[in-house]
Amino acid sequence: MSSKIKEYPGVALHESDFAEKKVLYTTWEPNARYAWDTGVAIGRYLAELKRGHIVGTTCHACRRIVVPPRVFCEWCFRPMDEWVYLQDQGVVNTFSLCHVRWDMERVKEPLIPAVIEIAGASKGMGILHLLGEVDPTEVHIGLQVQAVWKPARQRTGAITDIRYFKPSN
Amino acid sequence: MGMRKVAVVGAGMTKFVRRAQETGKELSYEAAKMALDSCELTLEDVDGVALGTAPDAFDGVHMKGEYLSDGAGAWRKPFMRSYVGGGTGVFAPIQGWYHVASGLFDVCLVVCEEKMSSCQPHPQGAFLTIFDHTTERPLGPNLLWIFALEMNRYMQTHGLQKKDIALVSVKNKRNAADHPCALLPEPNITVEDVLNSEVLAWPVQRLDVSPVTDGAVALVLASENVAKRITDKPVWIKGVGWSLDSAHWTNRDLYYPKYVEYAARMAYEMAGIREPRKEIHIVEPYDPFDYKELHHLEGLLLADKGDAPRLTAEGVTARTGNMPVCPSGGLLGVGNPIAAAGLMKVAELFWQLRGEAGKRQVPGKPITGLAQAWGDLMQVGTVIILGIGG
Ligand SMILES: [Zn+2]
Repeated sequence: MSSKIKEYPGVALHESDFAEKKVLYTTWEPNARYAWDTGVAIGRYLAELKRGHIVGTTCHACRRIVVPPRVFCEWCFRPMDEWVYLQDQGVVNTFSLCHVRWDMERVKEPLIPAVIEIAGASKGMGILHLLGEVDPTEVHIGLQVQAVWKPARQRTGAITDIRYFKPSN
Repeated sequence: MGMRKVAVVGAGMTKFVRRAQETGKELSYEAAKMALDSCELTLEDVDGVALGTAPDAFDGVHMKGEYLSDGAGAWRKPFMRSYVGGGTGVFAPIQGWYHVASGLFDVCLVVCEEKMSSCQPHPQGAFLTIFDHTTERPLGPNLLWIFALEMNRYMQTHGLQKKDIALVSVKNKRNAADHPCALLPEPNITVEDVLNSEVLAWPVQRLDVSPVTDGAVALVLASENVAKRITDKPVWIKGVGWSLDSAHWTNRDLYYPKYVEYAARMAYEMAGIREPRKEIHIVEPYDPFDYKELHHLEGLLLADKGDAPRLTAEGVTARTGNMPVCPSGGLLGVGNPIAAAGLMKVAELFWQLRGEAGKRQVPGKPITGLAQAWGDLMQVGTVIILGIGG
């Protein structure tokens, strides 16, 4: 038991152990590649993004208009009833100013991820995207933003067909 | 409900370290062997094994549960591995509990192991795949985003400042100074240190975050008749609960973890607890980031929404306060080997309720404690309530 045990197992290795080649180890790099099918709902979502529209679906039972769209309502466990065109603008629900990449390397300009509640969907229905054309110190929860689209020719049917959201004028 | 009483009768753990010389299998063995020795049982007494550990991509070992099984004491035994993200360390003993409560087993060994150091250059590389592959990953997210987005929403909703939250990191890292297995004990850390630490993803700063860690923890669970034969100090599992919310995390208001409340209500009902703030004497909520302890105290109904920072500032949650929270030192101080971190919290309750926590012992002879873990896409709550007597 905790107070009765004097010495716990586990040997901590330190940077110096590796620098001085005191420990042995083996490395390996996986070779795994994937191709994800869009599915039915997200397939149409992406196709509409390519045309410059954000689209959601609505369930008549719980009366929610949701985005990203799905083919079934996870609350009511029944098919969604209709596709609904939403606006390409919304409001910042929450955001971060991110100074590091996934491997903890530093970046020069902070990336500004945000959850953006999309106008035309039910309250609180947000999507993850990025903010741009904005002074990081000016970003706040409640900021009105609009989508900045790639030119139509460059769109591929991807979430990145919206380059980012910028403050509405 | 026709369920048998289940007791925790033994516990063991390794040191929590940034990178361990031992393999995951060896860490599992050390913790499991210590847990069995602590209650003078051998592998022959174990009917089945419940293992908690992160997904295979994390270690680069497919069928990692099977790889670890020898170390977890599962040779030729019924063995099951579970994973519910960061919630795993409290889910694994729940799984052990229903193996015994159902009457299937008399003795179940519960082992949680994590070796995060193997994933290079940083284990975040394995975490990236939690984001939706089509609608989120093309945006280049990293794991810090979800914490930063949730923390910002929590702070904004309640008008909180960073200094209100930094107190949690200070408390837990100081508490960890009394834990013999701690990776980041900081007996002299101050709020200023936290506020001056590097900004990673605003509002998240370096010292708001628990460290990448290797380690293992194990518990021995036993049915009532066996427990009473083994020990005169059984610690009973009084209640369990768990709940999972939608993976559509951008459609939920992140300021409050409703799924943690559902998990807590399930556990309180099973334990017959009507007034948790009076009846829970010691709490080990999940604290991978400092704001999460506050968020979870509120979800557990142990604080009003937005009021957990005040309780912290007033010392209510200190080890000597009215409701000690993370007297172990938590993930922020002891370390965060994901599944093992959650089970460390349950082990801490076991030691505290038996009065065996040494320098970490909370005063006032607590009789009921709660441990909780959390994880996935800000989505799962797992809760266990332990108690002595009755
Ligand atoms: Zn519905």
